[in-house]
Amino acid sequence: MDELLKILQANATESRENIAKMLNLPLAEVNQRIADYEKRGVIRGYQAVLNEDQLDLDRVTAVIEVKVTPQREGGFNTIAERISRFPEVRSAYLMSGSYDLLLFVEGRNLREVAAFVSERLSPLEGVLSTSTHFMLKTYKRFGVLMHQDTPDERLSIAP
Amino acid sequence: MNGSRSLRDRINLTVRDIPRSGIRDFFDIVSTMKDVISLGIGEPDFDTPWHVRESTVFALERGVTHYTSNYGYLELRRALARYVARQFGGEYNPDDEILVTVGVSEALDLALRALLNPGDAVLYHEPCYVSYRATILFAHGMPLAAETKAENGFRLTRAMLEAKATPKTKVLMLNFPNNPTGAIMSRQDLEDIAAFARERDLIVITDEIYGELTYDTPHTSIVSLPGMRDRTIFLHGFSKAWAMTGFRLGYACGPADLIEAMMKIHQYTMLCASSMGQKAAIEALARPEVDVGEMVDEYRRRRNFIASAFTEMGLACHRPLGAFYAFPSVARFGCTAKEFALQLLQEEKVAVVPGTAFGACGEGFVRCAYATSMENLKEAMVRMRRFVGRLQAG
Repeated sequence: MDELLKILQANATESRENIAKMLNLPLAEVNQRIADYEKRGVIRGYQAVLNEDQLDLDRVTAVIEVKVTPQREGGFNTIAERISRFPEVRSAYLMSGSYDLLLFVEGRNLREVAAFVSERLSPLEGVLSTSTHFMLKTYKRFGVLMHQDTPDERLSIAP
Repeated sequence: MNGSRSLRDRINLTVRDIPRSGIRDFFDIVSTMKDVISLGIGEPDFDTPWHVRESTVFALERGVTHYTSNYGYLELRRALARYVARQFGGEYNPDDEILVTVGVSEALDLALRALLNPGDAVLYHEPCYVSYRATILFAHGMPLAAETKAENGFRLTRAMLEAKATPKTKVLMLNFPNNPTGAIMSRQDLEDIAAFARERDLIVITDEIYGELTYDTPHTSIVSLPGMRDRTIFLHGFSKAWAMTGFRLGYACGPADLIEAMMKIHQYTMLCASSMGQKAAIEALARPEVDVGEMVDEYRRRRNFIASAFTEMGLACHRPLGAFYAFPSVARFGCTAKEFALQLLQEEKVAVVPGTAFGACGEGFVRCAYATSMENLKEAMVRMRRFVGRLQAG
């Protein structure tokens, strides 16, 4: 992967000037390349990684395994894209194995998620079955540990 | 102890006369202060890769808590033989040409003690790692320092060695990539040094602890050059490339006769390196390209960042090509390296190490380690820029 993307993926708020220094590139080239990635849709957005457990939110997340019938034209894509359009669905993946789609669905409470599954998701044509698991605690998201990092225990000066 | 000599008078004269490491004095000052950003730490800020730590825990659970062979676990030596052949181009027999030690520091001490008779001279280059001179003296050797220069990127040349060599010179010590300068040697540079060593029939001790950490060109080891393997002791370890400093695990590779001599001292003084550390090392060698590759990429970004920040603030610095140190010149501010470091610490709370800690010829330079997070590095550069700006204005 392009090192520029690695830097942004690790810290999207890194300043363009600093990125240019890190990559030993002119600032204009860094700006141009980021603009290209955005235009081409390689970079689809910039988000903060939140530790939601600290925020005391009225929110539950369900992980839902979905079995579907692929359609004659479009295969899994048609049904997967239809499901992905629901705002409740935060992430959706096509999977190998005993089910087809894996969804991360958010709602204010258990009842709201249950309603989404029974009233929106399950009745869709092509959805064969669902299996819903509720998330209890987040330890790591997008490569970021959610608990406090251990402090730097190195000596302040070392040979 | 009334009437008896003072305890200080009873201390071995060599030990008594060697000063404490200058780095230690500076540590004592820094450790009294709060909120210091330290660019003075000569060890990785990364934690040891998790699979290595996890396998160490597993080794403890299984009761891997006993002595090992004096040479170290054969399984580890076999893995080392494969790694050194692939990475550095040196072929060694794991049965009797590899010795696992307590860090490279022990290996260096063993090598010097195994080779030197009192008065034998050892050629090495300064600025260098803080312990070289002392280790030579402890082994009753005569240290002969060749001084490398900023103007040719702190590389060592044949002429520098010829100027210092004496008929009693027996050993040549090398350390590239270099702590504290970040210098590396090209194959051509090393060929000149190798020819010198062959002509003078010197034994070479090469400390390549930073061998994996080069950023623009791959590292060349002197053991890979023709005729050098059989007169060279190659030293390496896990501290830098795998961020395993606290494991204290190093190794020496060399001709069987030399390794046997080192093993005898190791056997009577150390017995063996820690068994769980050795198990950790076996795991570390399982997929070095992944663990080390990611760290090298990050160090390279930091190297680029710090080098361009120094240029921007008008601090002359040869381009650091390896290890994780930059060695900028502060000579033009009309103060000593120590004064610069102390004033920077007091005014901006950034710790760098005066170059004189690495030999007298380090005067006029400070060592800045970029083995710290990019966040720290960014803030440190803001503060240094402010400080340098004030020095220039005043």
